[in-house]
Amino acid sequence: MATKVLMPQLGESVTEGTISKWLVNVGDVVDKYDPLCEVTTDKVTAEVPSTVSGRVAEIVVQEGETVAVGTLILYITEAGEQDEGAASGIDAKIPSRTEESQHADKQRYSPAVRRLAKEHNIDLSRLVGTGAGGRITRKDVQKVMEQGGLPAAASRMPVSSSQVIEQQSPAFTPGLGAPPAVPASSAQAAGVSSDVTVAAGDHVIPVSAIRRTIANRMVQSKHEAPHAWTMVEVDVTNLVRFRDLIKEDFKRKEGMNLTYLPFFIKAVVEALKEYPLLNSTWAGDKIVVKRNINISIAVATEDALYVPVIKDADQKSIYGIAKAIDDLAARARAGKLTVDDMTGGTFTVNNTGSFGSVLSMPIINSPQAAILSVESIVKRPVVIDDMIAIRSMVNLCLSLDHRVLDGLICGRFLQSVKQKLEAMGPDTTIY
Amino acid sequence: MAVISFIEAITQAMQEEMRRDPSVFVMGEDVGVRGGVFRATNGLIEEFGEGRVIDTPLAESAIAGVAIGAAAYGMRPIAEIQFADFIMTAVNQIVNEAAKMRYRSNNDWNCPVTIRAPFGGGVHGALYHSQSVEAMFTNIPGLKVVAPSTPYDAKGLLKAAIRDNDPVLFFEHKRCYRLIKGEVPDGDYVVPIGRADVKREGDDITVISYGLTLHFALQAAEKLAEEGISAHVLDLRTLYPLDKEAIITAASKTGKVLIVHEDNKEGGVGGEVAAIIAEHCLFDLDAPIKRLCGPDIPAMPYSPPLEKFFMLTPEKVLEAMRELAYF
Repeated sequence: MATKVLMPQLGESVTEGTISKWLVNVGDVVDKYDPLCEVTTDKVTAEVPSTVSGRVAEIVVQEGETVAVGTLILYITEAGEQDEGAASGIDAKIPSRTEESQHADKQRYSPAVRRLAKEHNIDLSRLVGTGAGGRITRKDVQKVMEQGGLPAAASRMPVSSSQVIEQQSPAFTPGLGAPPAVPASSAQAAGVSSDVTVAAGDHVIPVSAIRRTIANRMVQSKHEAPHAWTMVEVDVTNLVRFRDLIKEDFKRKEGMNLTYLPFFIKAVVEALKEYPLLNSTWAGDKIVVKRNINISIAVATEDALYVPVIKDADQKSIYGIAKAIDDLAARARAGKLTVDDMTGGTFTVNNTGSFGSVLSMPIINSPQAAILSVESIVKRPVVIDDMIAIRSMVNLCLSLDHRVLDGLICGRFLQSVKQKLEAMGPDTTIY
Repeated sequence: MAVISFIEAITQAMQEEMRRDPSVFVMGEDVGVRGGVFRATNGLIEEFGEGRVIDTPLAESAIAGVAIGAAAYGMRPIAEIQFADFIMTAVNQIVNEAAKMRYRSNNDWNCPVTIRAPFGGGVHGALYHSQSVEAMFTNIPGLKVVAPSTPYDAKGLLKAAIRDNDPVLFFEHKRCYRLIKGEVPDGDYVVPIGRADVKREGDDITVISYGLTLHFALQAAEKLAEEGISAHVLDLRTLYPLDKEAIITAASKTGKVLIVHEDNKEGGVGGEVAAIIAEHCLFDLDAPIKRLCGPDIPAMPYSPPLEKFFMLTPEKVLEAMRELAYF
């Protein structure tokens, strides 16, 4: 009998996914848990493991097609009679937890798990835990034992490599009873353990899931998008004066600090409306210009970088943007961002100036087309009308995907941002 | 089988034992004419007379001392301490005399006394009518400490205590008295002292408890079953000596253990249970051994909000169980 394999749910808010690549062909023999295909959603790239052992009978959805969660994507004819009983009881639905495999990165095992794994020769690095934070529980191991152990590892899979799956959600909804075992997937660039020698006294830091995600995304962006870079300097003296004038009042009234970032984002958003091509995505055979303007902002915590999104920033006042930043930053630091919070960004504004930087070359937040960094505001002597004046100056740096954008349009865009910022002052409305 | 309340089970046990054995008698404050402040000895004076149902002065040291002396001479007294909180003045008699009698006399003497004491809070009893004092007696070899949670166990264990040839401290959670009802067989039966009892089978987490909180754990387990979490619930029943074998079996079954009791956490019975598990079950453990207990503050306050803070509830137990299940 042919078993149906369905499009898995990859993340709470995700309703559809694109088959980016089939890893098997019709007629291929697959073991249970072998990766079948790569699925891309707007947030996650994951491999779909086989739910049964057998032979690929029919591929229903072709590469590049986007289908809804739960759609039939392929048929597998199950292996011989003896497998029939074991396999027929298993739901063909893929566990939604595949994306959440934060395991193996800094995994610690309970004594019970260690003992069972040793006694039954189970490679724990190939399990996905259902416990808190992806912990492998005793029950997870027992389930593998009941199913007669893990499938034999294919030789192309380096056992040391962990699952390389992009996922953004720090929120983890644990549940009991989900199938525990998913195999190690193919090793991507950032996931392979390299041959770096560790000398005595060196300190080895295990790579956390979030760190690995950051690494993968950076490599992917640098690898796929040809980065070009440009910078303008902006005179924000009037903005600085204006903000100094109102910031105490604002703090008292709104209970939060009024930083410069909302002003910069406001100017960027207005300029994006004039140059929508900056608010777009390279899609291989086409460029998709996004209708919504959703600004990603980078929020750094001690050990990770989150990029939450200010949705519909073009519909917000400076106050509205300030409020959204305050809320997202607070939740990022508390580890309470949801997948939704980090989904759907169309352009990124990075506040590198907060670290005192005056110049940076940001990496584009793929699949967006450009990223703008706001550097430190510093007082500098500048020449105005052949006179030297002390002005508050700031550098705005833009990295752009040269597949989508050229220097001309980016220069115009930056000029527009510059003009808007230089025009900000006592007449600017906050609300 | 009849469904009776916890306190009816206590009364029946005493009544049946007094009918069976003329050396059994009860003594305590207001146990006679009044029938006990909780009505545990209701009807006994009418049936057995003043000679076997003795009202005593308000002196717990005397109640315990007289009972121990009578026991040494072959009687089987059931001494009632009106509230467990009052047992302090009798501790010397219980610990230094009753518990050590057989040992120090090289087996010449023994002391078949049963001392009953209602314990626990949640009845607006405030500082001196709410305490859980069991932990003070659970490292006294020579003493047995029993704390049943169901009418069936209460009746069977009280009979076993009365028939036991050594001293037994019998703690009854006063909130259970009329709250907890259960089936009790009509005929004579005893529940052996020193055996714990599995009150619910499960395989995700193990909860070990006794007294009122055992019922909280059972209620929580019922709710969690709807969420797909299966809890194994062990009722200790005897707090000293502990049923090590049952504890080890229950802990090993799931590898995730939550110990629940109303008594203060630090130095409570749960600590000893945890130690037994840590000694014997390391390679079956899948999570840290957790305890959910009363807070380490001197006593249960009178103020209703503060009493509520002190007391465990089914909700608090459920939360702790769920957290452990998801670990």
